[in-house]
Formats: sequence, structure tokens, C-alpha cells
Amino acid sequence: MKITRRRFTKLGAAASIGLAAPAVWTKGFAQSGKIRVGCSASLTGPLSSTKNMVIGYELWRDDVNKAGGLLGKEVELIVYDDQSSPSNVPAIYSKLVDVDQVDFLFTPYGANLTATIMPFAKQRDRFIVGILTLASNDHLRHDKFFQAAPWGPDGATNWARGFFDIAQRDGVKKMAILAADTEFSKTAAEGGRRVCEETGMEVVDFQMYPPTNRDFSSILRNIRAAEPEAVFVCSYPADSTAIARGIQEIGLGDSVRLFGGGMVGPQYASLLENLGPALNGIVNFHLYVPEPTLKFEGIDGFLARYVPIAKERQVDPLGFYIPPFTYAAGQLISKAVEATGSIDQAEVSQWLHENSVDTVVGQITFDEIGNWTERRVLMVQFQGVDDSGIEQFRQAGKQVVIDPTAYASGDLIPFAEARKA
Amino acid sequence: MTMARFTMLALLVFVAGLFLPKLVSNPYYFYAGYVVLQYVVIATGWNILGGYAGYTNFGASAFFGAGAYTAAFLFKALGVSIFVQILGACAVGMLLGLATGYLTLRIQGVYFAIATVALVIVLETLVHNTEYLGGASGMTHLAPPPPAWFGGTTQYVFCIMLGLAVAAVVLARWLEVSWVGRGFRAIRASEPAAEACGVPTLKLKLLACALSGGVMAAAGAPYPTYTFYLDPVSAFSLLIGLNALAMPLIGGTRTWLGPVIGAVLLASVQQLATVTISSEFNILAVGLVLIAFVVAAPEGLLGIRFRRRAA
Amino acid sequence: MVVLDLVLNALATGVMLGSIYALLALGLAITFGILHIPNVAHPALVIAGAYAVVTSNRFGLDPILAGVLWAVPFYLLGILFYEFYSRSFESRGGGNTLQSLTLFFGASLIVEVGLVVAYGTDFRSVNVDYVGSSLRLGMVAIPYRFLIPALMAPVAVFLLWLYLSRTNIGLAIRAVAHDERAVSVSGINPATIKRHAFGIATALAAIAGAALVITGPIDPFAGRIHIGRVFAIVVLAGMGTIPGTLAAGIIIGIAESLVMSFMSPSWAPGVAFAILLATLALKPTGLFGAAR
Repeated sequence: MKITRRRFTKLGAAASIGLAAPAVWTKGFAQSGKIRVGCSASLTGPLSSTKNMVIGYELWRDDVNKAGGLLGKEVELIVYDDQSSPSNVPAIYSKLVDVDQVDFLFTPYGANLTATIMPFAKQRDRFIVGILTLASNDHLRHDKFFQAAPWGPDGATNWARGFFDIAQRDGVKKMAILAADTEFSKTAAEGGRRVCEETGMEVVDFQMYPPTNRDFSSILRNIRAAEPEAVFVCSYPADSTAIARGIQEIGLGDSVRLFGGGMVGPQYASLLENLGPALNGIVNFHLYVPEPTLKFEGIDGFLARYVPIAKERQVDPLGFYIPPFTYAAGQLISKAVEATGSIDQAEVSQWLHENSVDTVVGQITFDEIGNWTERRVLMVQFQGVDDSGIEQFRQAGKQVVIDPTAYASGDLIPFAEARKA
Repeated sequence: MTMARFTMLALLVFVAGLFLPKLVSNPYYFYAGYVVLQYVVIATGWNILGGYAGYTNFGASAFFGAGAYTAAFLFKALGVSIFVQILGACAVGMLLGLATGYLTLRIQGVYFAIATVALVIVLETLVHNTEYLGGASGMTHLAPPPPAWFGGTTQYVFCIMLGLAVAAVVLARWLEVSWVGRGFRAIRASEPAAEACGVPTLKLKLLACALSGGVMAAAGAPYPTYTFYLDPVSAFSLLIGLNALAMPLIGGTRTWLGPVIGAVLLASVQQLATVTISSEFNILAVGLVLIAFVVAAPEGLLGIRFRRRAA
Repeated sequence: MVVLDLVLNALATGVMLGSIYALLALGLAITFGILHIPNVAHPALVIAGAYAVVTSNRFGLDPILAGVLWAVPFYLLGILFYEFYSRSFESRGGGNTLQSLTLFFGASLIVEVGLVVAYGTDFRSVNVDYVGSSLRLGMVAIPYRFLIPALMAPVAVFLLWLYLSRTNIGLAIRAVAHDERAVSVSGINPATIKRHAFGIATALAAIAGAALVITGPIDPFAGRIHIGRVFAIVVLAGMGTIPGTLAAGIIIGIAESLVMSFMSPSWAPGVAFAILLATLALKPTGLFGAAR
């Protein structure tokens, strides 16, 4: 046992050096006079197709620093990899806040990862911008949380409401709902069911499937047997592809006039390129498309600079879905800091609650729990998509905005007709 | 060292740990330390079955996840304190271990490893389909504020995890020196031979399964309190299963100290890598470290020492 | 009528899906089933094969043809890999379960990172003409996207079975698994034979990768969801029976498909493993394995 004890002493010594080391960096940091902004991103693991969001942060940081920084101080961005796993997130955010002493936080991507740090943000009373997190603040009602994405109030149940509004305008009476068994999809599907009840649409089929499912033949046959007029689908990239293929292969029957809604995947370039014409007619949500009704100030310049970086890093070459919103998340901070002349968490938050902010994704006004007051989730229909690859999606007219009507850039074509064209 | 002195020493470590929240002001160390201690408990629990008795359990996350979900369930349904949650998780883990043991009575080696993988996926599917446990969406777990002494939830669960780690190590060390441990070693060397010599292999194997399962489930119990949130994908993560066997392997599977060293080393490196390298090379580093250890030190760090001494 | 329609289609889908699963598991049936090396990196190698096929497809090469061509470099890769494994372990009389599992897990992580670095993390897929249409036989519609990769399975299984039971070297592979010392007495070097077998298994990963990527897009981490299932198939079949692998794959495919159609899709992932647990508890030698 002697050796064991000696070993223990050595380990102890090593451990204490390890403990002391971060404290040394911290001191270095604290004196540097920078404004520090931090977050985790899913650089590896199942969510790593979202890592292009980091480019949005980086371009924002570069723009701010090129313009002389914030309050004369340079902005520094700290991003750690959470490996797409919620279990890594609490320690990372503690590192950001307690060791790196960042001034402002962004959440990780999505609601699942963010659920682990919202209580932390509230306890520490930290300013934090939500990155496409749905309903993360509904229960905690943290007053320093702001959502970058346009889910609108009651996002959890209503973010895909646009699809049902279209259905209603189109006189749909029978709806089928198909959803992956995950947080994002499930809440949307349940929300959809409620909307159907409110508006008197009958739900003729309601199916959930595990996120690893890749064969939709039997599911699509069940749907066809129920003869719905519209099908609301909440799916993830790999299953979205399988579903789009399945429609080609199995068919949907003649009854369906409207298909899509909450499919994650047809926002990403790799899927758009792969599916091509198989997408025609699908009406699906998006956060940004290059239609003439959505030319916000700075967005074209942003995308132009995004593309070469994305190509070099082998991430999504279009960049419509997440990066503009991470850039806008940065703008929320820089505009509020400039307006208040302070980096005080409370002052900045108060200013954002009281003022509207112009960003590359349009003007944002926040409600009392930090959601956009206006829901601006787009429902776009794929029209006239051909085999020519990815570049066609940069032009207007391929992803036509149908809802919200204020941003509409074209008319809805019934599903079967749109597929013939 | 006698068992009594060892236990005293372990208790001292725990009591000393209770003062850490007063001495260390930066909460980050408790976040990172919690994860390291959690793996000390998991690796120690794993080693009871995997190291002492020689049954490779690839499904540590089944027990970890079962413990975490038991705790979250008890809290949601009855609002009981974290200590009751841990006891409940421990009991469920032991039952699950027993069930696994019975189910796999006739199989050994890789077959056993695969059966435990199957267990993970069956449990994960069960949770996915249980509305009350939040299904795939996961469940939010907002624990009541901790006693004022600790200054924060993280410091509190850190100290609880330290207690669990100390208890697990004492249990492991006791198993090692008692007749039970000798029985385990006999099973590992050759099950038929042990049986022939009158070792009650079946009973011992079931005991190892139950104890190992109980300890690993206990490690999962404070997890929902630590993250405020519990979802099936991270509770039943492949990574937990991988770490559970890699850590004892790195440290050495023959004594209680091996898993502790392995867990402290590997978990610290992983924590450090997360906030320094922080990219795909992090995973690469883990992969290379695993291979390097298996190739260069197949009996773990402590094995190197034993080998040198033998030479 | 509607029920009959659904049952027939579910069965057809199950058979297709099961054949593809069997193809994924085929390499493992050699490494794990015959050589008793628990190669958990096999699914990662399948994904690596799939990426190789995607790259060739960019230049217009048919995915199946590409898979067969890539099988050659993968064979060499497998030989190198085995060489590394045997240098690390076999001199010590083979690694124990724990050590081998850890080694292959480490290898699988390295393969994944290699793919991330080389291809990024976006989904990748191949372009073939038959994707998006299906074969209709009465009430049953079978997508070509599943039919064609599924047909690759019986072909591969048959050829492999012929090879292992009708050629000298094939027999030697099985003999090595049975009694290594006896083989070395008869003048064959067991290490050479095993290396060769491992090479064939890795070559099968390239072919399975081609099949997988025809069915749908992949990302570098796509192998993880298959790890459990392919092991389940090999064990369920009974270690090392090559035709049994196909049957076991199809049994699991049908079970999953029926559960998906008639219970709830969210129960499907557990099905394979519930069957596996039951098999291990009741008949540990597998459905088609001889008693050991």
C-alpha cells in the first residue's frame, strides 16, 4: 500500500496544478479589456450539420471589430464543442461564465441542449440569446433571454401554424399528421392537432416514428389509406429525404393537395441538391429564402461573404437556414450595447425589451419573455425545381413564400399539379 | 492497510470534500469535478463485474440511464429528496443487474457484452415510449434549492457524488479483500474450474451483477439534478458505455485503484479537451489514447507497475 | 383488403430491409462470427465505404460497381488493420474481450473523425436513375432504392458461402476458427489465413457501404445506429453461419416492419434487441448455429 499512497500524493499534486492552471488564464483574460462573447456549438456528433452557425458569429465579430469594436473594445468570440450532447453543456457554460468571464452568451443549438443551461442563466441572471431554441423560456420566464429565431409567441405549439393557415384558406377538411419522435417534432405535431381541433379540421391519421427510421413505405401506405387532403410532416434531415423519396415511390393518392410543414432538411443545400425535382410541390417551413419580399438590409452582403468560407470548410454552401440568425443574434448584442453605452446585463436587456432592432433578418421586437412578437416562420413551396444542382436555389422563384401573407411572393399550386410541372 | 483503516481514510476524504465549497469559489471546478467523480463511480461499479469477475459489460449506460430515470421519476411522482432518489436508483440498478445476470446465465465473453448492448437499446426504447417520462422530448428536472452550506446546486451534487465515489471505492476494496473477491477471481480465471472447486459461481455472478448495477445506477441518480434536464439520448449514450470500460482498462482492472486512476485521468483529459481543443480532433484524441493504451499497456497503468516488479 | 395490402407490403419491406441489414452484417459474420474478433469498427468501415462510393459517383460511376471496385483497396486496408491488431495482441495469445472492444472502438472513432475531416458533416448521397421509382407487383410496391441493394445481399451471401465451403482457402479459414493449432500442424500459417479473412470482411464493408448509400443519405456518424443491430444479427444467426446471417437479417427486418405497421414505429428500434435478448437467454448458439 505504500506505493499506492505515494501515487496518491503525486496524483493530488498533479490535480492541484490542473486546478490552478485555469485560474492563471483567467487573470490574463480579465485584464485584456475585450468584450467577450461565448457559446457552445455542435461541431461534432449528430447535430454537427449545424456547425455552419459559427460562421455567422465570426462574420459578426469581424464586422464589429472592423468598425472599431464595441465601446472601443475589441470583441472576442469563444466557441466550445458540445459534441451534440446535453451532458457536456453545463460544464462548458460554467467555464464560459466562471473562468473565461464572458460578457454575453448565446445558447447552444436547439431546445434539448439549451434546456440544461436555462436554469443556470436564470440563477446567475445572465443575458443570453437563444439560437433556434423552441419554447426554452416558457416556464422559467427569464427576463434576460432573447430568441434570435422568428418562432413568435407560443412558438412551441404555433411555430408551424402557417401551414394550417394555408390549409384553412385552401378549404382542407381532412388532415394527416406524421412526426418524428423528438422534442421539436412532437410539440409541433401536438400543436398541429390542437389547431385542427380549433379550426374544425379532422385528423384522419396521426403517426409517430423513431428518428432512426429510414423506410417510410408502410407509413405512407397508412396515410394513403386514410385519404387526407393535407399531410403535416415533422421530420429530420435523413427521414425527410426518405419521405420525399417515398412519395415518389409509393405515391400519396389523389386526395392530397398540401404536403409538408415541419420537415427539417430541405433547408440544407446537400438535401436540396440530392432531392432536386422530388421536392416540387412540398410546402415547408424555412427561416430565410432569397425572395424579393425578404430583402433586408445587409443580408445579401452577409450571404456573399458566407459562401466562400462555407465552401472552404465544407459546410452548407447556401447558408439560408441558421447563419443569418446567428449573425442577427450578434447584432442584438452590438446594437443594444451601443445604444445603452454599457455592457451591464440588466441595462442591455431592458433596452432590447423596449426597442425594436434592425438586423439582417429584418426588424425584431421582443415580448416580455424574449420571443419575437410577430411569428415570421416562412412556409415556402418548392416550385419548378430541376436537376441542375444547387445554384438554382440562390435565385428567387424556386422556394416561393406562401405564408405569412405579408411576405408572400407567389401563389400556392396544388400538390399533384406542382409535381407534374 | 486493514479494511477499517481504509474506511476511516475514505470517510476523511469525504469530510474534507464537504469543505471544498467553502474553499474553492469558482463554480466551474465543481461542474468539471462532478463529471470526473461521476465517472469514478461508474468505472468502479463497472469494475466489480467487468474487472473482478471478468464479464465485459458494454451496457453501463443502461444502468446509468435507469438510475437517472428512476431518480427523475421519483422526484416527479413523489417529490422525494435526492437521497431517496439515489436509494431508489440503486435498488432499481440492482434489480436490473440481477435480471441481466439471470437472463445471461449461460453466456460469457463477447456474448455477454452484446446482451448488455441490447439491454441499453431496449431500455431506451421503453423510455422513448413512456409519456410520463417525457418520451423523446426529455423532461425538465428543477430540484429544490440545496442547503445553504453548499452555496449552489452544483457544489451540492458534487459533494453527493463525492460521497457516492467514496462509498463505491470502499465497497470495491472490501470485495477485493473478502472471500467474495477471491470467488470473483476464480470465476475470471476459469468458470468451470471454479465451479468444480465448489465456488458458488452462479450466486457470485448474480451478486457481482447486482452490486455493479446498483453502483452504476447510483451514479446516474444525481444527473438530472446536475443538468436540470434528462433526455433518453444522453442518458443512454454510447459514450458512457465506452468510458465505463475504457477507464478501468486505462487504470488497470485488478484493484480498486485502477478504475479510479483511469476515471480521473480520462475524464479530466476529456473535460480539458472540451474547453481547449474543442473540435473533431477531440474525438480523434480519445480514439488514439484508447488504442495507445490497449497496445502499450494492456493491463492498465497499474499493470505496468506489476510487470516491472515481476521483471 | 386494406389489412391484407398492409401486411403484404410490410412483409415485402421487411424482407428488403432485412437483406440490407444482413449485407451490413456480413463482414462481421466473418470477423466476429468465424474469427471471434469483436470488430465494432465494422459499421464505421461501412460508412467509410459509402463515402468512397459517393466520391466515385461524383465522376458518374455506378454505386454498385464503385462498391465492387473499392472492395479491392478495402481488402488491403483490412489486411493492414489486421496486421496492426495481431501485432498488438496475437503475440500475447489474443486480446481479451475488453481490450479488443476498446481497440476497435478507438479505431471506429478515428475513422469517423477521418470522414468528418475529409467530407465535412453534411449528408451525402449518390445519384442513380432508379432512385424515386418503384416496382409494382399487384398490391405491393417495392422502391428500387431498397430492392436493388437488397438483391445484392443474397448474391454476396451465396458467393461468400461458395467461397468458404468450396475452396481450399475458404475451408482453411473455417478450420482456423475451429482449431488454430491443428491448422498450423498441417503446414498452413494461421496468421496468413486470418489476415486474408479479415481483408475479405473489410472488402465486404465497401460493398455494404454502396448498398447503404443507395437507400438514403449518410453522415460520418451514421454507423453508430447500426452497431447494435449488426451484432444482434450475427449472434441471432449463430456465429459464423453465412446463410444464417441472411435469414437472421430478414427475421429482424420483418419484425421491425410489422411492428412499425401495426404497433407504433417508435417501438421498432427495440424489436431487434428484444429478439436478441430472448435468443441469448433461450438458445445462446443462435437460431442456425450448431451447438458448441
